[in-house]
Amino acid sequence: MPKLTVNGVEVEVENGATVLHACEEAGVEVPRFCYHDRLSIAGNCRMCLVDMERAPKPVASCAMPAGDGMVIRTDTDRVKKAREGVMEFLLINHPLDCPICDQGGECDLQDQAMGYGYDASRYEENKRAVEDKNMGPLISTTMTRCIHCTRCVRFATEIAGVPELGAIGRGESMEITTYLEKTLASELSANVIDLCPVGALTSKPYAFAARPWELSKTESVDVMDAVGSNIRVDARGAQVMRVLPRLNEDINEEWISDKTRYAIDGLRRQRLDRPYMRGRDGKLEPASWDDAFSAISAKMKKAKPKAVAAIAGDQCDAESMFALKMMMGKLGSGHIDCRQDGAKIGGARSGYLFNSTIAGIDDADALLIIGSNPRIEAAVLNARIRRNWLATRLPVAVIGPKNDLTYDALHLGDDPALLDDVLSGKSKFAAKLKKAKRPMIIVGMGALTRSDGAAILGKARDIADAYGVVGGGWNGFNILHTAAARVGGLDLGFTPDRGGLDVAGMYKAAEAGELDVVWLMGADEIDHARLSKAFVVYQGHHGDRGAHHADVVLPGAAYTEKDGIYVNTEGRVQYASRAAFPPGEAREDWAIVRAMAARLGINLGFDSLDDLRESLYEAVPHFAARDEVASAKWAKFGGRSKLTAAAIDSALDGFYMTCAISRASETMGQCMMALAEDGARDAAE
Amino acid sequence: MSIDARIADDQPDSFAFTKENEAEIKRIIAKYPKGRQASAVMPLLDLAQRQHDNWIPMRAIELIANKLDMAEIRVLEVATFYTMYNLKPVGKYFLQACTTTPCWLRGSDSMMRCIKDRYGIASGETSDCGRFTLLEVECLGACVNAPILQVNDDFYEDLDYASTGALLDSLEADAPLPVGSVSGRSGSEADGGATSLAALKPAE
Repeated sequence: MPKLTVNGVEVEVENGATVLHACEEAGVEVPRFCYHDRLSIAGNCRMCLVDMERAPKPVASCAMPAGDGMVIRTDTDRVKKAREGVMEFLLINHPLDCPICDQGGECDLQDQAMGYGYDASRYEENKRAVEDKNMGPLISTTMTRCIHCTRCVRFATEIAGVPELGAIGRGESMEITTYLEKTLASELSANVIDLCPVGALTSKPYAFAARPWELSKTESVDVMDAVGSNIRVDARGAQVMRVLPRLNEDINEEWISDKTRYAIDGLRRQRLDRPYMRGRDGKLEPASWDDAFSAISAKMKKAKPKAVAAIAGDQCDAESMFALKMMMGKLGSGHIDCRQDGAKIGGARSGYLFNSTIAGIDDADALLIIGSNPRIEAAVLNARIRRNWLATRLPVAVIGPKNDLTYDALHLGDDPALLDDVLSGKSKFAAKLKKAKRPMIIVGMGALTRSDGAAILGKARDIADAYGVVGGGWNGFNILHTAAARVGGLDLGFTPDRGGLDVAGMYKAAEAGELDVVWLMGADEIDHARLSKAFVVYQGHHGDRGAHHADVVLPGAAYTEKDGIYVNTEGRVQYASRAAFPPGEAREDWAIVRAMAARLGINLGFDSLDDLRESLYEAVPHFAARDEVASAKWAKFGGRSKLTAAAIDSALDGFYMTCAISRASETMGQCMMALAEDGARDAAE
Repeated sequence: MSIDARIADDQPDSFAFTKENEAEIKRIIAKYPKGRQASAVMPLLDLAQRQHDNWIPMRAIELIANKLDMAEIRVLEVATFYTMYNLKPVGKYFLQACTTTPCWLRGSDSMMRCIKDRYGIASGETSDCGRFTLLEVECLGACVNAPILQVNDDFYEDLDYASTGALLDSLEADAPLPVGSVSGRSGSEADGGATSLAALKPAE
């Protein structure tokens, strides 16, 4: 651990730390453009120059390893002058177009030019002009502004794992581009916008939409996948303008997926902003809340308890699911299910959690993926697997669909029988798994939503036991969910109760005419046609599949429009906050359920969200432990039935459109088209 | 579609290395440790250029990327970084004129002027006849015999306006002058003959 002095302050830093780290340790700010904590060191912007004793000239602190006894100064005239010089060079070709640049107001170059630059330029020559590059529907380019820090190139190569960005040419003719101007084929591509220290790469959907100082910023949680990425929602009035990542080392670090960032334009389209009821002609017609509640209550009061069912969708907050569960309980029905896809999970908590936690991926030394494509199911989590692979050549094997995961993975095949091979040690991967000290298994929804899902879960558990995946303070048995609401729903027991029916059972009962009323809370990914004989109430925020098949539509709030609790795939309880109000007559979902219950003469025992949360904490105490993972005891779960022969697939067949919000998003549509076009071009070549 | 002015618009549909070059590629890659085959990118680009009329088509870049397990953009980065690689067609005689300080002091301007007077081309341009392409380059590393004009692989040294003209005449006739100093000095000895150790004549 080297000790060094920075501006007279002695600091001790980790081995392998740089002078820049030491300066930060000493509380000294060092300006930088190319250096980034999570990227490799490039040392090409030269902004971080500092004086080092016995060095003939200033050194780039980001690339200089900290050594014992170094004496660093950042406050000398020479450092000041050197930085001013570097800044002057950087500005030679940088256009003075801040008033029309989207980066304005949150631009590193702008800020640092104020802090470390001259007040005037001595250059009179023409600035160079660079042609803008096409980087697809998400990234808008103004390459004249580029200062060649290469952060975007390093991000694409190192973290996203798609080495498609590069710097061609050299010197004054250096340009950043993708090969043949293809769309960056990454689910994390838009993070280069945050990384870009200038306005060269900005957000295309957000172009010229707002200035940072006119936005209200709300810290919240993403629901586009089950990772629970921490986000900041920037809104102006009632409109969500953009979503940015928020630092959380345990979950998303500082990245978010493109869907998290850009599906938000779907929040403006196809919204349910007032209740609807199906008229005599079979068409949905606008109605008042009162009429809608009356219609439902008439049906509910006629129905027997056994003939009422409820399904919760993939983006529901825990409070509304809890409220709905209570209402169903008071009605006397156990027909509730939060597993739209029919996943065979539930029961022991360790049987449906990502037990190792997401940060635990960093410690794994062998990984078996069963029935999942983490690249599209949890892009940010996949980046962590890739990082481990880059650092340690983590051996990875896949049973399921063959995909480019951005790291080398041994594709064992997609036959469920391969699980037996692994268990018996016959598999090619068995030796690696045996040798590993911290082996990890990730089971995806592709494996668990099958008819033999329970048996696969049981088999995976057997493998975990056979290979020491659990034990010694390590639990590498992981379920990767695709739905943000799923773990919360399972935790609070939104599953069939006292002989209640699951989704498959509800289909059958409905077809047999045994179900009178089905309440869908944001459930869009089910087979609605099979429920057509029942009276269907859809509560949700989008006029998507669920609303189209409903008899009464109750407009709810999307995730940016309500305070809500979400539990991510690890079992981490996170609180989302409201950034804007729901449109029109739409209401927060827990309040809709409460109002309905009151109409039915049921007292749920709460009148405010706080009261509701109190009852929730009472029923499931760990919901009160905000931002914490309540670890689960290793228990018995999974089935023993025979595996079927059908190939194991991934639960999602695409990344961009997976929920009501992303399906309504134009940006996501453009991404799909760009992907298809590039695919067609590749196929043609 | 061209992504850059440096790259030819008209690209061939395919590119494949000849049998001899494939063998050579194997030999080149074997020079580097396993897993470091990307180091062979520069000699492979050179091979492609030599095989393909002194310029590298994009298909060759893709092929090399594939052979060396590199991203295409990484190969393109290398190919655009070095002026030695041509990414669009050049004339039969590719003239690389050095204008760095020593050559400039010794009259590279008149060498350039001669080429310009004859063909009306500036750096990066090809003559109307299509046989000559001029490129202004940085130091060719033969400063003692400045100024230097590199014609394809060969150096012509000690050029002035007249001798550049004579050199171009010989190229037009496809009978190039002998390689080396056009003033006839031997090796890199002082211009105008040896000025010291004159008594020590090498043994005949």
